[in-house]
Amino acid sequence: MYRYDEFDHAFVSARVEQFRDQVQRRLSGELAEDAFKPLRLMNGVYLQLHAYMLRVAIPYGTLSSRQMRMLAHIARKYDRGYGHFTTRQNIQYNWPRLSDTPDILKDLASVEMHALQTSGNCIRNVTADHFAGAAADEVADPRPYAEILRQWSSVHPEFSFLPRKFKIAVTGAERDRAAIQVHDIGLHLKKDENGKLGFAVYVGGGQGRTPMIAKKIRDFLPEEDLLSYTTAIMRVYNLHGRRDNKYKARIKILVHETGAEELARQVEVEFASLKDTELKLPDADIQAIASYFAPPALPNRAEGWENLARWKKADEAFAQWVHQNVQPHKHPDYGMVTISLKPIGGIPGDATDSQMEVVADIAAEYAFDEIRVSHEQNLILPHVALADLEPVYRALVAAGLATANAGLITDIIACPGLDYCALANARSIPVAQEISSRFGSAERQAEIGELKIKISGCINACGHHHVGHIGLLGVEKKGAELYQITLGGSGDENTSIGEIIGRGFEPEKVTDAVETIVDTYLGLRRDKSETFLEAYRRVGPQPFKDALYGGGAQEAA
Amino acid sequence: MVSKVLTANRLADGISVWLDASGNWGESLQDAFVARHAEAVAALEATGKTAFADNKVVDVNVVDVEEVDGILRPLRMRERIRAEGPSIPYAAGYHGLSGPKNFAA
Repeated sequence: MYRYDEFDHAFVSARVEQFRDQVQRRLSGELAEDAFKPLRLMNGVYLQLHAYMLRVAIPYGTLSSRQMRMLAHIARKYDRGYGHFTTRQNIQYNWPRLSDTPDILKDLASVEMHALQTSGNCIRNVTADHFAGAAADEVADPRPYAEILRQWSSVHPEFSFLPRKFKIAVTGAERDRAAIQVHDIGLHLKKDENGKLGFAVYVGGGQGRTPMIAKKIRDFLPEEDLLSYTTAIMRVYNLHGRRDNKYKARIKILVHETGAEELARQVEVEFASLKDTELKLPDADIQAIASYFAPPALPNRAEGWENLARWKKADEAFAQWVHQNVQPHKHPDYGMVTISLKPIGGIPGDATDSQMEVVADIAAEYAFDEIRVSHEQNLILPHVALADLEPVYRALVAAGLATANAGLITDIIACPGLDYCALANARSIPVAQEISSRFGSAERQAEIGELKIKISGCINACGHHHVGHIGLLGVEKKGAELYQITLGGSGDENTSIGEIIGRGFEPEKVTDAVETIVDTYLGLRRDKSETFLEAYRRVGPQPFKDALYGGGAQEAA
Repeated sequence: MVSKVLTANRLADGISVWLDASGNWGESLQDAFVARHAEAVAALEATGKTAFADNKVVDVNVVDVEEVDGILRPLRMRERIRAEGPSIPYAAGYHGLSGPKNFAA
């Protein structure tokens, strides 16, 4: 993985000391809140309902054991013993004291981490496929390009005060596991007919109050043009993006109002003047960054096949976990392990300090020291020998981390919601917990198959409800919580925005409504191989409306 | 009229606090000074502005409460959750809404 050079170390350390001075001046009263607020936000410090919240960047979701141990240390020393992994592959701490934040950032810097650009109208943490560098279906590892974008965008003077925040995601496989079509820029790394690497470029996707699917404005951008073309997009956005209305300031609105074709033309004009400048990436530079992401030397471990078959035969729960949470690796003797942070009835994305340490220990012993955070709020061990799956599983079981539900109905994305978030209108976590408990039986989940439920506690859609197969949006109506249900959303290579199915449901009725939807699906699917999403796309919303509301479909709440 | 209390977050640690009758910011809503008429509400608002300007607290707000059997209860759920903590058991030793909060300040 990428290691800081001298410049990176000096830069991050200088920012820590600068922030320490700013915090001290704030606490002494020298700096007023209005002056301080943008400074703390630039360093990832928010104020939420109960306390400050610190959002720490995990670039493209990649962590070493050493870094994970530091996250555990911070949870224990400065917070309340846990952290929350987010849909942007970051981690949030819910209870840090402002006065401690400079020390937290100093501790983070000691393991080459920071909280820069996790807030504000700048280019945020660049996210990537959590299976990058390991997936059997990958064309190339997208993380070197994410790292190049990270370096280029860090405190970029031209792009630090954009009309609104800006999110970039990169994937290196046809199967989109990074939800690139709901990002401001989505990059799909691919090869042209000559085997040359480049990107399909998508622009103007996003969720929030105005969900939009990104438009492809370039089918193939050579890799050396990544920064010049991205700069061209940013310049067009920075110039024409709306600053008069916060709710219309994202690039998706500009793309929508300008039209993708015209926007692409403007980008091409800008690109023509940038293409052969210093922004052109020299191959040596790409290779230098790529070398940091070279896959570990994976010795052949063919004995794993036989061991695995034997273990699976002996232990049904282990077999189920392997079936659900282990995906094929490039190397046939290895697998990619999803560590579910969705225990039945638990809080999606939360991990305690000791659980983080267990994951760090397992990664160090069995997984070449690599850990990923997925945008689905799980952790990943990308390189585990099949021969080591059994001891990995045992260690995860002991830590309460072996829930065999990756991609199933209880693998729910949920934002912190009104339990923590100052922006929320309704709670998300208790809704997720109740649905998880209702559908918790392994047999029932297996019968239902792949089904992604995503829950947001407000229209900002941090819980990705727009792209949930079943999406739940919490709203406040007449002082009470109400949950709107959307169906048919998807955040993969066939992205779709879910459709509101009808009037909303009270908290005590929403789990029943989800169950009605699931039962309706089970009753109408062609056979077990037809997933919920496939069935919904085939039959449309009406059978679900009928089941939920009776014959006459109701108006949306 | 509806009863009102003054709430904010403490500057140094961000913890939710409520103004009590002695003019101190405490961590319990139940100790809050309740304004029941317009002059008292105006006094709360003025106190809030001063406390903000003095850099003691941030995000200062006057919020509506009702008193039921001697227990203060904010009308909005957002404020109830601010007062009572997350409604979920989120870490070992914490039991969610209405449960004990045993964490050091």
